[in-house]
Amino acid sequence: MATKASASAARLMMAPAVTLLLGWMLVPLVMTLYFSFADYRPLRGAFEPWIGFENYERFVTSSSFWDAVTTTLTMVGGILVITVCFGILLALLLDKPIYGQGVVRILVIAPFFVMPTVSALVWKNMMMDPVNGILSHVWRFFGAAPHDWLVQTPTLSIILIVSWQWLPFATLILLTAIQSLDGEQLEAAEMDGAPPLKRFWFIILPHLSRAITIVILIQTIFLLSIFAEIFVTTQGSFGTRTLTYLVYQRVLESQNVGLGSAGGIIAVILANIVAIFLMRIVGKNLDA
Amino acid sequence: MARAVSSRARLGWSAVAWVIGLLIFFPILWTILTSFKTESEAIASPPSLVFFDWTLENYEVVQERSNYARFLWNSIVIAGGSTLLGVLIAVPAAWAMAFQPTRRTKDILLWMLSTKMLPAVGVLYPIYLICIRLGVLDSKIALVVILMLINLPIIVWMLYTYFREIPGEILEAARMDGASLRSEILYVLTPMAIPGIASTVLLNFILAWNEAFWTLNLTAVSAAPLTAFIASYSSPEGLFFAKLSAASTMAIAPILILGWFSQKQLVRGLTFGAVK
Repeated sequence: MATKASASAARLMMAPAVTLLLGWMLVPLVMTLYFSFADYRPLRGAFEPWIGFENYERFVTSSSFWDAVTTTLTMVGGILVITVCFGILLALLLDKPIYGQGVVRILVIAPFFVMPTVSALVWKNMMMDPVNGILSHVWRFFGAAPHDWLVQTPTLSIILIVSWQWLPFATLILLTAIQSLDGEQLEAAEMDGAPPLKRFWFIILPHLSRAITIVILIQTIFLLSIFAEIFVTTQGSFGTRTLTYLVYQRVLESQNVGLGSAGGIIAVILANIVAIFLMRIVGKNLDA
Repeated sequence: MARAVSSRARLGWSAVAWVIGLLIFFPILWTILTSFKTESEAIASPPSLVFFDWTLENYEVVQERSNYARFLWNSIVIAGGSTLLGVLIAVPAAWAMAFQPTRRTKDILLWMLSTKMLPAVGVLYPIYLICIRLGVLDSKIALVVILMLINLPIIVWMLYTYFREIPGEILEAARMDGASLRSEILYVLTPMAIPGIASTVLLNFILAWNEAFWTLNLTAVSAAPLTAFIASYSSPEGLFFAKLSAASTMAIAPILILGWFSQKQLVRGLTFGAVK
């Protein structure tokens, strides 16, 4: 029933949002693309607008690129495995009838609201510090030598910190999905004598598959650009340099804008591969 | 689904859930507790959980030494400003898409979502350069605009999913009863849209408050919000655990409280309506 007048009014109402986002997406991206083909090092006053694919070649062939890719994949993969597995277990647990459910829920969700710089610093100093951290107190209590987390196992440490932050997100989404499960189906299975593990495997898990996919995709997009957690803990040293951090270092720390921009474009392409899958799922949902 | 559960099983599950909940919450709890200790108690071994001399000294020192209030104010302005600006721009857009959908509405929504997936680092230098050229590096206005743009897709999406739940028949009924467009918007639609707008504001305020890529890279002194303030504690200087804890507690306390109210919206907002 959209009349012509209201249709053009609708276009007018959308115009600011669409224009702004279009500008936000295109202007900087075109600039990055332009810089990525240039020899641009502002501190040395070097600017040579066209050097072809040299930046890309140098970026991709340097060993730090492949290290960064490996680190990124290890971190994202590790965090995904931890958050999804524990997220499922926690969601199942929170779905049980428990005393003080509301309070437990808040305790579990709280880490998500802690700003990244705080959670990184708190873990670094209060939990993982080799002298004063709680974990080293625990280690000493059991008679073990304290572990210097961020020096001896830096990648694992960052995986743990970020997993702690994202576990609530996975748990909440999976809990929402579990609660939409038809209880009668489970009861019927229980009456037919299906053991808990089978009920989980054949009824709950298939029901959760879509929610799990969404958790994985959304987290991947956010996790590909984790920054603050590395910035305040290891500054990218000890093999914790992700692709995002590598590009940041090239661009802002060593001010090799051309090289960094080529890396940025590569990061954009990689992120888009994940994004396409997510968009398909969300798009399908729009029709429903 | 009210199934009879033996109280023993319930007690067992409750115990497990509480232990795990407290373990997950522990880093936050420990930080809050440590913020009330003196520096020497903060590094005591073995540490004491609650039996220490409670003091507010750290909070005073943090405020005096680093002017915490200024960072707090910057956080409020940046998170609040970007959210309000975003909502102002997004409400008409989401409104049009929900009530006047066209063939292209879906594509526009998906395209908006796709801008959210652009890794920030890919456009770091251009934005940095633009800020320098415009003379807005380390200014609150730049961050308000940038964080607004970052969260705009989420704001539009959330509002869209909320608006779509408002039944169109009500509008028609109001029209039949002779309501003008103005009173239709004012008295019929707005009351129904307010809860959705409120949850959107809440979630986006939280996201903007915690944003730590642009706030770290585009601020130095005058516009630095709490994220940057806390990051400045990353190099330890002597006895500082209790003060770090006090600073951290102050930075996260307001959001923990807001977060409590936003649990439900969190799922909806961050999954773009795919999980409700």
